[in-house]
Amino acid sequence: MNTAPDSAVAAADPTQAHVAAEWEHDAPLINCRFDPTGRFVFATSEDRSILRFDVESGQKFVLETQETWVRPLVFDPTGETLVSGGYDGRLVWWSAAAETPGPLRSVDAHDGWIRAAAVHPSGAQIATAGNDRIVRLWNMADGALVGELAGHEKHVYSLLWHPEGQFLLSGDLAGVIRQWDVASRQEVRTLDASALHTYNGGQGVDYGGVRSMALSHDGGQLACSGLTAATNPLGAVNEPMLLVFDWQTGELKTTHETKDKLKGIAWRVVYHPSGFLIAISGGSGGGFVIFWRAGEAQEFFVHKLPNTAREMDLHPDGLRIVTAHHDGRLRISRLDGKPNEEEATS
Amino acid sequence: MKCNHACGSQEHGLARRSFLGTMLGAGASAGLGTLVRPAAAEELQRQQKRVLVCYLAGGVSQLETWDPKPRTDTGGPFRAIPTSVPGVHISELLPHTAQQMHRLMLVRGVNTNENDHGKGSYIMQTGRRREPSTDYPYMGSLAARLLAPEGAALPGYIHITPGGGGSISAGEAAFLGPRYAPVVLGNGNPPQNTALPDAVSVTSDAARQSLRRQQDERFLRRRRTALTEAYTSTYDQAAALMAQREVFDVSKESEQDHERYGTHDFGRHCLLARRLLENGVTFVKVSHSNYDTHNENFNFHIEQLGEFDRTFATLINDLADRGLLESTLVLVLSEFGRTPRINHLYGRDHWGTAWSIAMSGCGLQLGGTVGATNDNGTEVVDRQVDGGHLFHTYLRALGFDPTDQLTVDGRPVQIADPAAEAIEEVLA
Repeated sequence: MNTAPDSAVAAADPTQAHVAAEWEHDAPLINCRFDPTGRFVFATSEDRSILRFDVESGQKFVLETQETWVRPLVFDPTGETLVSGGYDGRLVWWSAAAETPGPLRSVDAHDGWIRAAAVHPSGAQIATAGNDRIVRLWNMADGALVGELAGHEKHVYSLLWHPEGQFLLSGDLAGVIRQWDVASRQEVRTLDASALHTYNGGQGVDYGGVRSMALSHDGGQLACSGLTAATNPLGAVNEPMLLVFDWQTGELKTTHETKDKLKGIAWRVVYHPSGFLIAISGGSGGGFVIFWRAGEAQEFFVHKLPNTAREMDLHPDGLRIVTAHHDGRLRISRLDGKPNEEEATS
Repeated sequence: MKCNHACGSQEHGLARRSFLGTMLGAGASAGLGTLVRPAAAEELQRQQKRVLVCYLAGGVSQLETWDPKPRTDTGGPFRAIPTSVPGVHISELLPHTAQQMHRLMLVRGVNTNENDHGKGSYIMQTGRRREPSTDYPYMGSLAARLLAPEGAALPGYIHITPGGGGSISAGEAAFLGPRYAPVVLGNGNPPQNTALPDAVSVTSDAARQSLRRQQDERFLRRRRTALTEAYTSTYDQAAALMAQREVFDVSKESEQDHERYGTHDFGRHCLLARRLLENGVTFVKVSHSNYDTHNENFNFHIEQLGEFDRTFATLINDLADRGLLESTLVLVLSEFGRTPRINHLYGRDHWGTAWSIAMSGCGLQLGGTVGATNDNGTEVVDRQVDGGHLFHTYLRALGFDPTDQLTVDGRPVQIADPAAEAIEEVLA
């Protein structure tokens, strides 16, 4: 949903990207998301907690600790309700905007990890998926199971609703993207993102996968993030990569890589309202926010972060990016008004 | 310390890397160090004790297997689950193995203090730290020497690996000589060169062998030496092995068993291991690769243990059902464990300081644990043991006195590290 005012969109300049704020937690972070209003940023941590930070003040609130790690964080369109997905297969509804957020409901949703969740544009349903390879649909209002979509042969890593609400996309470890017509529960087509997957016979491991998906604001292009050049999966020798498909034809249009062969995984990709792509890369090479223009294979700017990064989200204003880091910090990077050295040190 | 061969040379280089090529060297190495008490060895051979090792190459995580620490800073995302033994919990990644816990013994206090792959592997398979002056035989070679029947057609030590071709790892036998080295079955394929060439029929091969025997006998009437006898017997051993080639053909096992073990390589390899043990092979090692998960430890352990769990549990159950578990020592080993600390890549690194192995069979005390680590697994707090203790324990379980000695180069060498002793609590 593009809620960014045009003036702010125009002001966004990735080459001005700089870390404007840091908020600390005492355990490595896993995920981070702004709520749809942009008032809060939520994060998850290896200490099994869910955190809420007030974006303006940085004030932290720790939600009830979970049984295990939490990966996906999604919201209803108002931002009043947060739904978290755990590595214990449990979905939990939370009163996200309350002064003291608490759990509202929980559902044993999957056998094994929940790796991905996505809320229907109307807010009526939530889709979830993970290691049991089943995509499930839930009623947002009461948590009732309303449907299942089966067909993936590998763990499902990512989900994305088309903004018109008819189609759901699910991407898996093997690089298979399935497009589902949700009303009929039928698979419409598959897209081949297998360039994001490798099987290393020497190590005996599958690696890679469709780590995230994003649709351009004009609806014309689908971007998928992940990794390539995985010569040593167990040693994290790999590079971030995006694949961009033409939405109408399903044809692969652009493969985005980095000029300097940065080492890492593109954990997430989002489209900025201005049209450029933003990806977060973390791994053995460190943490980077990478910016590509549509149709250009190589990036036009890299924003280096002080620590390896694991997730990222774009604020509704289009000017702020939050990143989650192994050093336990959330970092807010601004895409405008980079202070000059005098201002920064004064 | 090298093998003294019957030919008198210090080292009998392997003329060829093929199995049959190696048989000559193997035959020639028979006259080296012997057990001080050969009568005891003969009794053990009569009992037909066997060993199965599942070697989880690269270093499996103890936290994702035998010693989970859920809800701690080191525990990672997985939960612990109950097992068939009340009070004993293992990682949720091993649900099938959990139902076999009454047939397992977990050693949770292993501290080998070694984080190098090669050195750790050596410790866990020889029971000693590597010394510059001496190579000690691997457990498999020792078992082949001490347990395998004399004159057996099948190799005493077989190593099934995930990939690669067949070969002989002569170094593992050390001073025992290449006769006791493992025959490596790359990807579970039969030993190389054990099938007749297409151009040679059974009839013509029989005629060929008959001619060879006539010539050998004629030659031996005038020049009989240990070397010429070994040369001749090598052909006979090779022929016997070729006659039993079907033992290596896992496709002879039922479709149902293939399904039960899993259609992946590790499943097929473990089914082959069962077949080999049932046919009298003394020591079978099955390697599963790879657990060296510096990156994405949790994803890769889901994948690897997803293969290991059901297959291993099926194998243990089958060995028990078929009455083999009482005479078969089963070990699940790695070169080390993995760090409690989770690194920035969601990985765990090398960790020999506080980790676990699993044992079964051969009259061991089963259905429990020995040793313990602290709350978050960073150190051993009860019954710390190292590779030497484990090696002593294996030998005792097999009926040997680990303090017995081999005579090597005319001097006695204790079978197991003199500085260690067996874990008595594990022994029945």
